[in-house]
Amino acid sequence: MSASSATPLLAIRGLRAAYGNVEVLKNVDVDVAPGEIVALIGANGAGKSTLMMTIFGRPRARAGQILFDGYDISALPTHEVARLHIAQSPEGRRIFPRMSVAENLHMGADAADGNTSESDRSADLDRVLALFPRLKERMTQRGGTLSGGEQQMLAIGRALMSRPRLLMLDEPSLGLAPLITRQIFDVIRRLNREDGLTVLMVEQNANHALRLAHRGYVMVNGRITLSGTGEELLERPEVRAAYLEGGRR
Amino acid sequence: MAVPKSKKSDGPDVAAPALNQQTATRDRSVASIIKNAVVSALLALVLFSLMIGIRTETGPSGQLTYWTRFGELAAVVGAVFVGSIIVETIKRWTGPLGSVELPDTVRRAFSVLGRVLIPALLIFALLVPVIFYNQRYLLDLGILVLTYVMLGWGLNIVVGLAGLLDLGYVAFYAVGAYSYALLAQSGLPFPYFIETYPYVAIDFLQLGSWAFWALLPVSGVLAAFWGVLLGFPVLRLRGDYLAIVTLAFGEIIRLVILNWQDLTGGPNGVSGIPRPTVFGIPLTPGEDGFAALIGVPFSPTHRLVFLFYIILALALLTNWVTIRLRRLPIGRAWEAMREDEVACRALGINITTTKLSAFAIGAMFGGFAGAFFATRQGFISPESFTFQESALVLAIVVLGGMGSQLGVALAAIAMIGGFELFRGLDQFRMLVFGGVMVLLMIWRPRGLVSHRAPSVFLGRQTAIPSSMVKEGDG
Repeated sequence: MSASSATPLLAIRGLRAAYGNVEVLKNVDVDVAPGEIVALIGANGAGKSTLMMTIFGRPRARAGQILFDGYDISALPTHEVARLHIAQSPEGRRIFPRMSVAENLHMGADAADGNTSESDRSADLDRVLALFPRLKERMTQRGGTLSGGEQQMLAIGRALMSRPRLLMLDEPSLGLAPLITRQIFDVIRRLNREDGLTVLMVEQNANHALRLAHRGYVMVNGRITLSGTGEELLERPEVRAAYLEGGRR
Repeated sequence: MAVPKSKKSDGPDVAAPALNQQTATRDRSVASIIKNAVVSALLALVLFSLMIGIRTETGPSGQLTYWTRFGELAAVVGAVFVGSIIVETIKRWTGPLGSVELPDTVRRAFSVLGRVLIPALLIFALLVPVIFYNQRYLLDLGILVLTYVMLGWGLNIVVGLAGLLDLGYVAFYAVGAYSYALLAQSGLPFPYFIETYPYVAIDFLQLGSWAFWALLPVSGVLAAFWGVLLGFPVLRLRGDYLAIVTLAFGEIIRLVILNWQDLTGGPNGVSGIPRPTVFGIPLTPGEDGFAALIGVPFSPTHRLVFLFYIILALALLTNWVTIRLRRLPIGRAWEAMREDEVACRALGINITTTKLSAFAIGAMFGGFAGAFFATRQGFISPESFTFQESALVLAIVVLGGMGSQLGVALAAIAMIGGFELFRGLDQFRMLVFGGVMVLLMIWRPRGLVSHRAPSVFLGRQTAIPSSMVKEGDG
């Protein structure tokens, strides 16, 4: 296994989480090294999104550690996790529908410290708009009037406005046309190559995700069952059977 | 007659079938109008059969006497039936106003009107005391309207921006009014330490003619304090649950005021509340009065004019602060919280402080308005702070279009001013009032001004001082 030798930016150790009595995460270990794209794939209900949410403290971890930069963040309230420059494009995008695109983007920068000066902020805004030129045309429009793809771009752009050290993407391809999905994945690849952005993504679209990612984890019923580089996982017969050929039927 | 618009008309564009279809939709719409009317009439029958159909009264020896009034009942049910048909027909005829594409010229005219309306209203407001100098009644009405404009703007922060449905806003109005009334009479308490038991003594600083100006901020701060106090228990509540708790809070404050006789005078209220002074100079006919000082004959209208300008300034302050806050991270956080609390948290917004600050700032303006109310009336009692007031202010906010500053102002003018306008109609004015509300909700379901201008624009930088940006923390 080609686990990076550098100290991981995010290290999840023996994580357990539950909704009420239903245990969703059962002893999960995940590493994300700086500058890496890590994909987490698995079927519906495997616990992928729950893992993302648990990093943000909802639901709380029952056991185990979530180490960011070596510090355990599993007991922090959600908003303090976000202020560590861990940004998220949540499942279902969750943009602010009645606020303008510009306001949505500013929301990403408001609470994060580090780009508090006006010039820093407008530089960040320019960078996001360069990545997603589509948003530039829509700046004064309400977020809710955007198409699904544009909303996904907005959600990622909003996350980027906080100058993330770790970007977490939950199903960025959900409900999008293949062409738009590819555009978004291209942007993620570009961010990773050019800025060294670390990305942890959850995807149903295993084929796309594993091609993009340096490493991947396969999650089944709240457990990590397989891990390896993207190519390795793509070649594994059990992955092909469960997530690729099966999915294409 | 115009053919009713049909949304489901997907037939081919050939004359004869299209015509058939139109007659068909018309038949269908007539049927549905009648169906609606029948349902409304049945509902009215159930509701009013007890309320109107049977009249009960206590007989001469205390026994229950009752008689039936089926004639009146039939009249009311008939009125509901006919009224429903009329309303539905008008609705079909005009369609929802929002969906009608206005011609370009009309739209341009509206946008010009929109640009001119605010300055025009402002200039008119400034000139009201000059124009209506001799009409005390209109001046009084203007002050009343402006008080509600201010309350509406204050509540708009909580309901319109932060999306927290507050049915007990009058509590803060009451806190402001009683804070001013009681502190003006006792003086500002200053505790200090002493050697002997009980170790702490309190000095009262008598404020004299400066009472209003010194206590106005104090009332606001105290109201804000109570806003935070209400905020804590309701941090985790949303929507209906929040509404119920805030409703109860408003009633609790009123009941405490009503029953704490020693402090508040209970149902007798507080009287002899000092009137405002022109920054220390009283508006009295005496030698040291304002009129004598500037060398004009004394007139009681002076005070009215002065009160008018005070409340105008306070209302404009509320508006200005709201507009400023909306452009700052804190205002954005309020609106984002209204949209999606979970997403807010994930962006690093502390929901606790954001909610509390919305309650506190909204309550503060309620407190200012309360202090003004007390100094205007010179007498306050719990009767002025019933749920009715909360409902009225909330109606102004909702009617105005949640979050719209201009809409709230227009709604306050329409509600308070309109209510006075129909005073000649006696007991029918409530009926007119209710009817107008129903019609407004049919045609403008999202309020008078449903447009919400974004606070951030591309290309024009909003100046945010770095010292304020940290406000995003809360």
